[in-house]
Amino acid sequence: MLIELLIVVVPLAAGALAYVVQGARARSALLLTIATLHTGAVGLLWVHQADRAPGGWLMADELGLVVLSTVSVLFLVVAYYAVGYLRDQTPRGGRAFVSCLLAFLSATSLVALSQHLALLWVGMESTTLAIAPLIYARHDRRSLEAVWKYLVLSSVGIALALLAVFLLATAQPVDGGSRALLLPDLIGGASRLDPWWLRASFVFALAGFGTKMGLAPLHTWKPDTYGEAPSLVGGLMAGALTSCAFLGLARFTQVAMAAGLQDFVRPLLIASGLFSLLVAAAFIIGQADVKRLLAYSSVEHMGLLVLGLGIGGAGAYGSVLHLINNGLVKGMLFLAVGNLVLAAGTSVVADMHGMLRVRPVSAWLLVIGLFAVTGSPPFGLFISEFSIITGAVREHHPWVAAATVLMLTIIFVGIAGMIIDIVYGEPAGAADESSSGAERPSFVVGPVILASIVLLLGLYIPAPLRAAIGRAAASLGGMRP
Amino acid sequence: MTHSSLQLLLLLVVLTDFAVLGTSRLSACIRWIAFQGAILGLLPLVTEGELTTHVVALAIGTVIVKAILLPGFLRWAIREAAIRREVEPLVPYMGSMLLGAAALGAAFAVASTMPVSARGSLVVPVALVTVMIGMVILITRAKAVIQVVGYMMLENGVYIFGLTLARRVPFLVEAGVLLDVFVGVFIMGIVVFHINREFDSISAVNLTELRES
Repeated sequence: MLIELLIVVVPLAAGALAYVVQGARARSALLLTIATLHTGAVGLLWVHQADRAPGGWLMADELGLVVLSTVSVLFLVVAYYAVGYLRDQTPRGGRAFVSCLLAFLSATSLVALSQHLALLWVGMESTTLAIAPLIYARHDRRSLEAVWKYLVLSSVGIALALLAVFLLATAQPVDGGSRALLLPDLIGGASRLDPWWLRASFVFALAGFGTKMGLAPLHTWKPDTYGEAPSLVGGLMAGALTSCAFLGLARFTQVAMAAGLQDFVRPLLIASGLFSLLVAAAFIIGQADVKRLLAYSSVEHMGLLVLGLGIGGAGAYGSVLHLINNGLVKGMLFLAVGNLVLAAGTSVVADMHGMLRVRPVSAWLLVIGLFAVTGSPPFGLFISEFSIITGAVREHHPWVAAATVLMLTIIFVGIAGMIIDIVYGEPAGAADESSSGAERPSFVVGPVILASIVLLLGLYIPAPLRAAIGRAAASLGGMRP
Repeated sequence: MTHSSLQLLLLLVVLTDFAVLGTSRLSACIRWIAFQGAILGLLPLVTEGELTTHVVALAIGTVIVKAILLPGFLRWAIREAAIRREVEPLVPYMGSMLLGAAALGAAFAVASTMPVSARGSLVVPVALVTVMIGMVILITRAKAVIQVVGYMMLENGVYIFGLTLARRVPFLVEAGVLLDVFVGVFIMGIVVFHINREFDSISAVNLTELRES
């Protein structure tokens, strides 16, 4: 309980401190220290997994721990990248930038560790508020428009999620037996929940957290926001924030499944996942801007997560594994693309040819990222997507499996076409030839580390992780394939 | 007595929903939403039989945040950013009134399918109407400030529903919810302020640079 509390509170306190500290160097050091401590503390949670006492408001169960670890590793890499980034970029209010990053870490940790669903909601809302000023870092019309769309849509989403939380509390019987909105009590006493309120609650949770995840048709903020936000912020949103939103939806799914509402929940999740895949495929083809492409790719992967959750069985296992893979690969891609965008001065593909000569390491990372994000072997996403598709076949949804494979193929072609355009060809005049080939280590080390982890997860999943994913999937009504 | 005053307050909430929907002046809209916030503050005093410190603190907190601080902040934003006073609806007032009426019908239709134990109370339909009218305002109004008012109304609707749970959901959570709404509207207000300076107009219709080409 103490470690969990520190994981949430320390980054928040450090965020406040960062706002007071004078001097960019001290702030960067603080950011890096807290990120490292956070990852260390999450490591401790893995070691002390056995003596976890359930019952508190904050506890790391397997599903929460998987999300928290993904967030923590991604944040550490992004923090290291941010130190280099802040050396020559001055996003509006450098002080607020570091403060908001740390507040974001605290809020995402709160979501991952909450066993109390209203507390989870508070964390989810705080992620929105912490990330909004980061999107507006460029201080021009376009980023203003992006941050407004993001604020309005995700505030509506978060209000619907709050309604879902309240409806769930109403579904609980009034007599003393169970404590309000605590996950273990909800799941333990699931048979006594009122099905009408529970169904209403799940529908609002799907709409609310679905908006935060960026599931189609509630994804419209995503391309604008990811297109305008600084790349490292985009990476955090696509990797960490969406994972937390998925966790929120997964918590409600856990309760609904425990109450025996599988036949109500599963079709909704599958339909929503397939529709997101369809929308992603439709908009990836012919996309002209690489950051917006990544946004639609994120819509695709959110669709896959929900699809796996809805399929159950091996699909749920694939979904949990996919959450880790997607979080890390999105971070890596956004950072690599960020380097190229900084070099080319634009994210419009037509103006950024020949990046292999201008920024060779980042360009290669982009090529590796292409294969990783589209689920090609030997990367981790191949295993997780394969589990989801096998799950669909085994759980008697052959058409779902076929449709998924078709969409994934279309998406592969779309992404490959764009990345080849960016990497090869003659560099445009705008890119300065003088700095060709010279890439600062701090800009490439992070993405290289993330790419290595995603590659490793495709070749070998360590036994403790494998066991944790299995138990997390079991809590979602799935099993290890 | 308590029951009838509860029904009266809920009726007032619905009336303020429609008042905001049909008002053309921005300052009047803000006054109405402040009024609604004050009614929300009275609600826990009526729904809970006894006046515990918890209930009184909740009532005072609600009034301070929803009736005083947030509306005051919006008024400040209008004055500082020199926003024009009209609401500028994208849908004519008559149309949005019809949408509001449809929302009212839909809310009562949904409420009639509720489990028997909850039927008869106006809380759920009123909460739903307020959420839906808030959404109508968010979608059909051009100005960013009035969209913030719509968001506040949507939150109020959720909050009314939450009041039925005041005894069961711990105090810390309620404080968290109030704080989050407050900070949310605050950040929105700042963005509104910047939008006005960048675009020389607070209309969200101008926000069209980002599109699929």
